[in-house]
Amino acid sequence: MADEKKSLVSDLTRGMIKENPTFVMLLGMCPTLAVTTQAMNGIGMGLATTFVLLGSNIVISLLRKVIPDKVRIPAFIVIIASFVTLIGFLLEGFVPSLYDSLGIYLTLITVNCIIFGRAEMFASKNGVAASACDAIGMGLGFTGALFLMGSVREILGSGSWLGLKIPVISESPMLLFIMPAGGFFTLGMLIAVVNKLKKQKPPQEVGCSGCPNEGVCGKAGGCQ
Amino acid sequence: MKTMIVILLSAMLTDNFVLSKFMGICPFLGVSKKLGSAAGMGIAVTFVMVCATLVTYPIHHGILVPNGLEYFDTVVFILIIALFVQLVENFLKKCIPSLYKSLGVYLPLITTNCAVLGVTVLNIDNNYTFVQSIVNALGGGLGFMMSLIIFSGVRKKLEYADIPETFKGMPATLIAASIVSVSFMGFAGLFR
Repeated sequence: MADEKKSLVSDLTRGMIKENPTFVMLLGMCPTLAVTTQAMNGIGMGLATTFVLLGSNIVISLLRKVIPDKVRIPAFIVIIASFVTLIGFLLEGFVPSLYDSLGIYLTLITVNCIIFGRAEMFASKNGVAASACDAIGMGLGFTGALFLMGSVREILGSGSWLGLKIPVISESPMLLFIMPAGGFFTLGMLIAVVNKLKKQKPPQEVGCSGCPNEGVCGKAGGCQ
Repeated sequence: MKTMIVILLSAMLTDNFVLSKFMGICPFLGVSKKLGSAAGMGIAVTFVMVCATLVTYPIHHGILVPNGLEYFDTVVFILIIALFVQLVENFLKKCIPSLYKSLGVYLPLITTNCAVLGVTVLNIDNNYTFVQSIVNALGGGLGFMMSLIIFSGVRKKLEYADIPETFKGMPATLIAASIVSVSFMGFAGLFR
């Protein structure tokens, strides 16, 4: 019993730092770069993704013995897309401003590799409790990363933070940081900082782990 | 005709899917190491984008809208794309094996490429007509291919550069992508 609890805790915490989906596993890059022009959008996107991840992980884990192996990818896609539609409705109804600023990227949560990767690698092999913990951990890790990205870009790019004005910078903010180029730059810098803190040689590339098509493609795509 | 050209060029240059809309970043970073695979991926994506638009547009306007089922867009579109990718793969395998050999490996990777789902949803959101949608998909695909090919050249040079230990790998690649993105900012304001 004690062991089981311990492993649940490790399922929960793993995604937050050690296997942080954004900075360590380099998954889900598209929303990370696209919506982080403001810290608030980062939090919103992160929480929406967490919701979808939690829902889809629980359902896929419940159905893991029912879904035949051959049709698992379409089945996962339908489950994930349903949760994305659901969160779209919820946000449109209750937080319309966030719904507007996330725009098309809300729909694109469907094809976020984090969700697909977790479904394939974890939820389809583990129990409901473990999958839920894994989803919450990964989701919060993702939210944290997006919040950090959003904070850096908002402070430097528009001289404010969560809507609060920051004295000196807001007089002449560095607009580049809220432009697309600034997104790539900030992410590159943050990953470099993480590499430095990890104090180990970083053989970091996009890699196949976590890619939903790992089995099909057999590293033929050349992602190393 | 003029609108068509504007849509084509803005999808390729000013609103480039990778460098200004951040769609399809995973293949952009993953498959851009070699020129050959970058071009292959680009062609495959362009092909699937155009074909997916050909199918999803009539389904949205012919089946979903008349029945008040627009909210099923996401579920239906992604299923169509997954199905379509599978079909194309099987078709090429049986009928045009030589093309399958060069494009086949990229096809399974496209299902989860957000640029493909993105372009089908954007066509609906922007209220494009059928022909405009196809032009937009074509431009988006060509823009995607162009940025992949350009970036594969940049990465080739990057391999010989002397980079500090902490920046090796992903950080250096991202910062290079940022510089390529700056150069694409030059196209902003092309259409006003």
